[in-house]
Amino acid sequence: MADLTLDEQQEAAVRVEGVSKAFGQGRSAVLALHQVSFELARGEFVCLVGASGSGKSTLLDLVAGLEQPTAGHVETGGASCALIFQEAALFPWLTAAGNVELALRLRGVRRPERRRRALELLELVRLDGFAQRRPHELSGGMRQRVALARALAQEADILLMDEPFGALDAITRDLLHDELETIWRERSLTVLFVTHNPREAVRLGDRVLVFTSRPGAIAAEVPVTLNRPRRTDSAQVATLAAEISDRLRSEVRAHGLSHSTKSLISPGSRG
Amino acid sequence: MNRELAGLDALDLAATPRSSRAARIWSATWPALGGAFIALAAWQLVVLSKWQPDYLLPGPAAVFRRLADDVRQPAFYVALALTLQRAVVGYSLAVVGGAIVGALVARNRPLRRACGSLITGLQSMPSIAWFPLAILLFGLSETAIVFVVLLGAAPAVANGLITGIDNMPPLLLRSGRMMGARGIWLYRHVVLPASLPAFLGGLKQGWAFAWRSLMAGELLVILGNRPSLGARLQFAREFSDAAGLLATMLVILIIGMVVNGAFSLAEREVRGRWGLTGG
Repeated sequence: MADLTLDEQQEAAVRVEGVSKAFGQGRSAVLALHQVSFELARGEFVCLVGASGSGKSTLLDLVAGLEQPTAGHVETGGASCALIFQEAALFPWLTAAGNVELALRLRGVRRPERRRRALELLELVRLDGFAQRRPHELSGGMRQRVALARALAQEADILLMDEPFGALDAITRDLLHDELETIWRERSLTVLFVTHNPREAVRLGDRVLVFTSRPGAIAAEVPVTLNRPRRTDSAQVATLAAEISDRLRSEVRAHGLSHSTKSLISPGSRG
Repeated sequence: MNRELAGLDALDLAATPRSSRAARIWSATWPALGGAFIALAAWQLVVLSKWQPDYLLPGPAAVFRRLADDVRQPAFYVALALTLQRAVVGYSLAVVGGAIVGALVARNRPLRRACGSLITGLQSMPSIAWFPLAILLFGLSETAIVFVVLLGAAPAVANGLITGIDNMPPLLLRSGRMMGARGIWLYRHVVLPASLPAFLGGLKQGWAFAWRSLMAGELLVILGNRPSLGARLQFAREFSDAAGLLATMLVILIIGMVVNGAFSLAEREVRGRWGLTGG
């Protein structure tokens, strides 16, 4: 038993234990996360799916170390995180190559080395022909690929992705799924991928964590054992995604119920 | 997958039509020329109406002849050089001071509360109101003029930087922090470039204030043996030399417009690079 825990500790890239997060103080405080616990094994691809406002992004901020939990703790064992947002947060004053180079520069990489590495990374996301373009001269999908290259430039072990493909059209998204899967494999990254789309979660994840809202908590954990590479429009993916959808719907319904009872009570209680 | 992505990229970046350089220059030039023509025509009409005698209000032709004479005399360049030197010194100090104050105030909440509205108030204060104090403190001197130019321009510069930092997308800040930029590095690589478009706007406005304050100052503080554009205006009035007065006014107008135009160009360039221009 003791050996097993030790093994687990070595394997876990991220360990989230009993994490709660409240915003604000006293009576007006909002509980965003309540007693969330999970682990990411090294090299695992885990998707977090939930309705909007379920505190998924807050959870990513906690894992990234941008925020501190109100209770519980997050361990990454000293591993570094890179975060990719829904809209590519590229710096508009820098070219695609410049954005990647800045990430390298902030890590202390020297200039000639930076140039070379930035081009290599852009080549990896197949944008080496667009190195000198500025973000506004690229399409949404291309911008997200630059953001991916920039995140990889940070040489982080853990990639945190906050609905990165949410704003893209279906074809672009499919291709980027393939792309991300390849890079994840080749670089043996650990990925925590937040989405509100169950199909996307099943397409990509080794496991899917289903999130409830207000406060955010894990409602279910669904292992995905389908062979890779999967297709978003395959029957197996659709079936599993439908199960997750049902689960999400019942969570949303539960909220509708609690909300309506609350609104029945609250006018009286306020007097 | 490789080919598909390349194909998609090609589709995404459908060629946008771009007009030729000559066409763009022409489309920027003709409204300016048209505007100048309208102004000159209006001026000529007022002269033709005989509202004032010719020796008090000469027409454009006479004034341009006078200007052509003026620019052949070394005295004109001595005056121009002194005025431009004051402008450069005062404005440079205003940029440095305004940027320092702006940067401090924008990132420091208590300081912001204390000084934010003060800076806006100073910006709307006519700089000529500073002159009596400046003359009292520094006498009729170069320092008095530079002091007022500095006070006239610095609040606009500071405000530009504060606006720029305020309007910076928080996502860029988060993203910079995530990439490991802290403290001075965050400032240098994220905050300053992100606020550059608004800061340029502040610099441009600051220049306009500096130029105005300088002209006010040169009319009030006339130093013996130091001819400036303002002094030329004053002497032309004293000698009832209307053509000379208007010729100097044209020079002042043109310098203001040229510098303003340079700022507009820089602004457009930056906005274009930053992807802030529409379309």
